[in-house]
Amino acid sequence: MLVTILDVLIAGLLLGGIYALIAVGLSMQYGVARVLNIAHGEFIMLGAFITWSVYTYCGINPILSLALSGPIIFVIGFFLYSTMFSRLRRIAPTPEAFEGSSMLACFGLLFIIQNLAILIWGADMKGYSYLAVPINFAGAKFAANRLVTLGFALVFCIVFYLFLAHTRMGKAIRAAAQDSAAAGLMGVNIKHVLAMCFGFGAMMAGLSGTLISMSYNVQPTMGLEYTMIALIVIVLGGLGSITGSLIGGLILGLIGSIVTYIEPGLSMVAYYVIFMLLLLAKPTGLFGK
Amino acid sequence: MVWLLVMLALALSPLYASRYTIILLSTILMNVVLSVSWAMFSGPTKYISLAPAAFFGVGIYSAAVLGTKLPMPAVIVIGGLASFCLAILVGALTLRLRGIYFVMFTFGLVELLMHFLLWFELNINDTTGRVVPSLDNSTVFYLMLLIFAVLMLTVYFIKDSKFGMALQSIGENEEAASHIGINVTALKIVTFGVSAFFMGLAGAIMATRWTYIDPKIAFNPVISFMPVLMAIFGGMGRPYGPIIGAAIFSYLGEFLITKFPYYYMLIFGIILVVAILYMPGGLVGLAQNIRNQYLRRRHAHS
Amino acid sequence: MPILECRDVSKHFGGLAALTDVNLTVEQGEVLGLIGPNGAGKTTLFNAISAAFPPKSGSIRFKGQSIVGLKPHQICRVGLARTFQSVKIFGGMSVLQNVMLGCYFGKKSKVPCDVAEQDSCELLEFVGLKSFIDTAAESLTLGNQKRLEVARALATKPDLLLLDEVMEGLNHTEVAQAMELVSRIQGRGVTVVMIEHVMKAIMKVCERIVVLHFGQKIAEGTPDEITSNENVIKVYLGA
Repeated sequence: MLVTILDVLIAGLLLGGIYALIAVGLSMQYGVARVLNIAHGEFIMLGAFITWSVYTYCGINPILSLALSGPIIFVIGFFLYSTMFSRLRRIAPTPEAFEGSSMLACFGLLFIIQNLAILIWGADMKGYSYLAVPINFAGAKFAANRLVTLGFALVFCIVFYLFLAHTRMGKAIRAAAQDSAAAGLMGVNIKHVLAMCFGFGAMMAGLSGTLISMSYNVQPTMGLEYTMIALIVIVLGGLGSITGSLIGGLILGLIGSIVTYIEPGLSMVAYYVIFMLLLLAKPTGLFGK
Repeated sequence: MVWLLVMLALALSPLYASRYTIILLSTILMNVVLSVSWAMFSGPTKYISLAPAAFFGVGIYSAAVLGTKLPMPAVIVIGGLASFCLAILVGALTLRLRGIYFVMFTFGLVELLMHFLLWFELNINDTTGRVVPSLDNSTVFYLMLLIFAVLMLTVYFIKDSKFGMALQSIGENEEAASHIGINVTALKIVTFGVSAFFMGLAGAIMATRWTYIDPKIAFNPVISFMPVLMAIFGGMGRPYGPIIGAAIFSYLGEFLITKFPYYYMLIFGIILVVAILYMPGGLVGLAQNIRNQYLRRRHAHS
Repeated sequence: MPILECRDVSKHFGGLAALTDVNLTVEQGEVLGLIGPNGAGKTTLFNAISAAFPPKSGSIRFKGQSIVGLKPHQICRVGLARTFQSVKIFGGMSVLQNVMLGCYFGKKSKVPCDVAEQDSCELLEFVGLKSFIDTAAESLTLGNQKRLEVARALATKPDLLLLDEVMEGLNHTEVAQAMELVSRIQGRGVTVVMIEHVMKAIMKVCERIVVLHFGQKIAEGTPDEITSNENVIKVYLGA
């Protein structure tokens, strides 16, 4: 009995680590850059496929490919913001109009990226095996790759949190999150900072994709589910709160693990039920303003 | 007047057009219904719904579940009503909050329904798919034409009424609208429900084209994308904007599916992004800009 | 009987107390001024009354009935209307349509199209916008947009009208015109509470003035009493 509880708990943490990482990424994009990036899952998918490709064709192990997928996806995100979203921000008459048009642009991006992936890699499921060795942990068995995933996810989250709190760029980002107009007046190069934020958000998606590919199969259509999960986590944690995304991700992972144990196939439904409860009772979430 | 002629021509087409043309026209009408219904709510209120696929899917699924048990006309209406009820629920939950929650919720609705029905069918009903009785092409065409006619009548009725003005004011400034006595939440919910009703009707009718339906087929995210693309590209400033967009992309879709089967969604995605970046008013907006520029030049010369 | 009674109204935003135990009584038919430095909580009080942001605690009674918990459209329907500090007109619609919406929805009863149009035209003439009837609201000057907001609010046939900085950004002539408009509104039997920074206008138009500072009422009285009140002078001159 205790073993089962531990099993479920740790599985929940493993899932939660990933959820936290993807949610922090989306939180950066929506909370600071004000772009509701519903194509977030596609960046995750890209990261996963980059890793699969370099593993299958070059034999590079996934942990090393983190150093590839992260920066590549960062650059893509940075570029997209500097071109597309900057323009939208300029031509939008109100902030609400920008939120609307940027979200729709992401909707278009979703289909662009997904179909590009299908064209490049084909529509079927792919996978690879890496560190699929079981490790014993207090009586429960876990695949080593999942523990590695959790480790990295937590490390990335912590590193990023420290980055936000202690570096100059981090402070600029936090200022922009509070009030981008004021931050701009204070000499912060707003366009640059917002593009960096979007890039960082995308980078986290890319890194998550790599980590996910270590334990799960990948498919060009895998992104939608993760986008949805990220959205629910940022509502749970509170829109605009990075800490909220971290904690919310862990909570949702735990819930997912519990539900999967009771009735597999219903985890998405369970997440949505939580979403609905939040909307009914506390839309601002745990740490929202 | 133009409308009457168009409707007459369409109503008589099964008599002289080829089978292929009738099928294409049915597809165009379906897309028109989807994009006009989408624009009916998301246009004036500026709440962007990403759920057309969910409501269309509910219509399809209603036909799949009831098609063998009840006569088709009843099934189609029930499909519409089921979507209406779902929309009311979703609206009551999300439309009293900021628009962003509405977008998020509608975005995931398709996946949610798919996952839930998949689990339900597998675990409770022990089936994987259902069979829908088929209808002949002319019947499908006439049904879609009827839905289209009712929809356009509804749209024009709303547009020129107090209801339509109130909807527009919500999109202009929701807070002000509520302070002059408009029950904004109720209005949004009802309009959302009506738009979903039509999507559900369309879904139930088109279900007869597939002989085999399962949750993955019924709930397809592309169906959420197409109305958005069509309405935005066509332009939401006028009721006929989405119609033009639907006609263009239906035809384009048919053409591209045969020549570039894997590229067409990619192309459509690019077109949406380009439209948002460079022609936010759609074709209608573009035409108005050109007209305004022409008028200005005339004034300058006179 | 006072038309509006606020008792111990408080409102917090996170850790910031925007309003603390504010008591306000408005007598029917009067023009009451609400002044105070920026951030004093004046608009917050209006928001609490009109239910844009409901109060945390306290009671608000309008014509003897509690209105706390009602939605903005319900409050409008019982006869309380307002304008906004940042003008919230329906930009893409015509001036006439803006006011007609107020006629149609301001009260529960159905208003036929021609009556609404007539009433709207009359109101537009009242505020001086008759010549702009078919213009798009967003193309009006700021001063005219503010007048449009007033006309729209009056179209809902209110007994009490809350004006939020209706004179902000206006030049001397426009301020004089606005002052005269407020008097004429009072002449129609509408009670007015106005937030203003233009001191000259407030002192001339209002019969009574309430002063807020840091979310609390610090003074109340006639214009003369207020201008000679030590606390008020301190607050404004920062002694």
